[in-house]
Amino acid sequence: MDELKQMILDYVYDEYIEEDDDREVDENTPLISGGIVDSFSMVSLKRFLENKFEIQIPDADASPEAFDTVVSIAELVERFKNA
Amino acid sequence: MSNIGSYDEQRASFDWSLSEKELGYSEGDVINIGAWCTDRICEQGKADKTAFLWENTQGEERSYTFNDLRVLTNTIAKHLQDLGVEPGERVCLFLDRVPELYLGFLGILKMGGVAQPLFSAFGDESLFQRVDNAETAVIFTQKKHVAKVRKIRDSLPALRHILIVDGDVEKLREREQVFDLDSLEPVEEFAFYPTTAETPSVLHYTSGTTGQPKGAQHVHYSLVSQYITAKWVLDLTDDDIYWCNADPGWVTGTSYGIIGPWANGVTQAVLDSGFNTERWYRFIEKHRVTVWYSAPTAIRLLMKEGTDVAGKFDLGSLRHLCSVGEPLNAEAVNWSREAYGLPFHDTYWQTETGSMVITNYPGMEIKAGSMGKPFPGIEAAILHPETFEPVTEPGTVGVIGLKPGWPSMFRTYWKNQTQYESKFINGWYVCGDRASKDADGYFWFQGRDDDVINTGGHLVGPFEIESALLEHEAVAESAAVGKPDPVNMEVVKAFVTLKPGFEPSKDLDLEIMNFIRKRLSPLAMPQEIEFVDSLPKTRSGKIMRRLLRAQEWGEPIGDISSLENDE
Repeated sequence: MDELKQMILDYVYDEYIEEDDDREVDENTPLISGGIVDSFSMVSLKRFLENKFEIQIPDADASPEAFDTVVSIAELVERFKNA
Repeated sequence: MSNIGSYDEQRASFDWSLSEKELGYSEGDVINIGAWCTDRICEQGKADKTAFLWENTQGEERSYTFNDLRVLTNTIAKHLQDLGVEPGERVCLFLDRVPELYLGFLGILKMGGVAQPLFSAFGDESLFQRVDNAETAVIFTQKKHVAKVRKIRDSLPALRHILIVDGDVEKLREREQVFDLDSLEPVEEFAFYPTTAETPSVLHYTSGTTGQPKGAQHVHYSLVSQYITAKWVLDLTDDDIYWCNADPGWVTGTSYGIIGPWANGVTQAVLDSGFNTERWYRFIEKHRVTVWYSAPTAIRLLMKEGTDVAGKFDLGSLRHLCSVGEPLNAEAVNWSREAYGLPFHDTYWQTETGSMVITNYPGMEIKAGSMGKPFPGIEAAILHPETFEPVTEPGTVGVIGLKPGWPSMFRTYWKNQTQYESKFINGWYVCGDRASKDADGYFWFQGRDDDVINTGGHLVGPFEIESALLEHEAVAESAAVGKPDPVNMEVVKAFVTLKPGFEPSKDLDLEIMNFIRKRLSPLAMPQEIEFVDSLPKTRSGKIMRRLLRAQEWGEPIGDISSLENDE
């Protein structure tokens, strides 16, 4: 897994998974539809990415589908880093 | 022909005894929601009918007949009895939408306990406030949420048992048990507790402008409202496959995600999943869902994906759509006609009302954007905001009042009778919402009459957020208000002054957001934080939320003569 995906995955574990929750999450695990990150919490995940990478993700691009896996989030970040 | 037939005719002749009769209930009889949703349906010859189709994101699936429901709820009721739980004690369900949530709810009611469902995304502080207030005896939870219970359990002397539905025996701590329903001996026969009309049944917490959340206490007689509204508004029939999106941590998820459909002997499908457009449509297609009860926030998310996505799936099984939680805008009603060939019917009600009170009905003309008309048996009026007398001039905005006496009206706020009594003025239950009524008798929602924030169809109290914000080391003062949001109607915005030594920054902004999300819930998390030098206050030192809210909504700020720092 590349550095970007690992960073996102680590943040998901730190912020959205409780300490006694032994679910395994990988880069393809559904986060929004899987109930790990709800649509309200998605806003804090988006804010983390924007702060970390000094990017702006327009609300129109921040759909539950775009945030559903670490892979899709990483693609979104790459797109706006290069914009 | 719909179940209700002619709204006008039903309204003219309606009496709640019609529902009582269909439920086989007469005044003074035993009535138990748990038994009426299971045993009674089996006695009607539907024991082998599918009651419950469940699946989750991981692809697990379960199917239960009404007889399965009967036996499994017996088993849970017996298990609680064996644990020494007494009738009237509060049993909390702190679970995702797993089967044990639905079965547990009815099992608790069967043994005479009071079911206290709580939204599983609540943080430890929100959980503590509600469980502490209710002096809850037992919590059902699951591994992913048990850490929140463990953080607060030592401050909950009334809590005797923590039942973990997917727990590991080797990881249990004091007062904890694994609750594996599959491994318990099925209880075929169980003498359900003989609850009567006014026996407490369900305790749902709801937020207000001031103070901590209050527990709206319902009774078993609420079934009389929930049964007939599910039949007439949701138009449920024997052949339907019904899907309610609501989480049973909130009142819609119990009144119409458990009680209403099953009291009508209807098959319901449940998807334990977060939002995903294609997954939702696939679920409808797969189970041939016919009646769908959703929420404006979800509908607006589906709208964002467009009609093309809907067109990729066979949604032809759908025949009736309803919505609840916040006003359904006209655009969403019109879009659903285009996407599904059917309009969403808006329904208005509250935790306190226990069942729908003002709604749109199958067969009645929908005025897009309207709340509809009062349910037969409900007397609703627009009241003058100061005199609380009904206003008769069409289009006049006032507060919504309901004449007390419908079966599912809450009976008190748990341990807060004073607050309960304050909701009744001049012989009306005052809902706290503003609306108008047109010349045809349709009600039109205008907004809240207080500072409570309606976000994604859920009420969040500003006081709870402000109190939690003050627990953050950097925050000196805070105010929380709702700001407009295209999807959720409102989201939380916080205004914060910082203590000496702290400076506004993007990292501090995110840290405070996450702090509130974990302490309270994702719903309560401010989606915007504005760091300010001072907050507007009255001369007596009270923060003027109203002014901040008006600023966010672009509304007139009104009288500011009492403003202290208005220079």
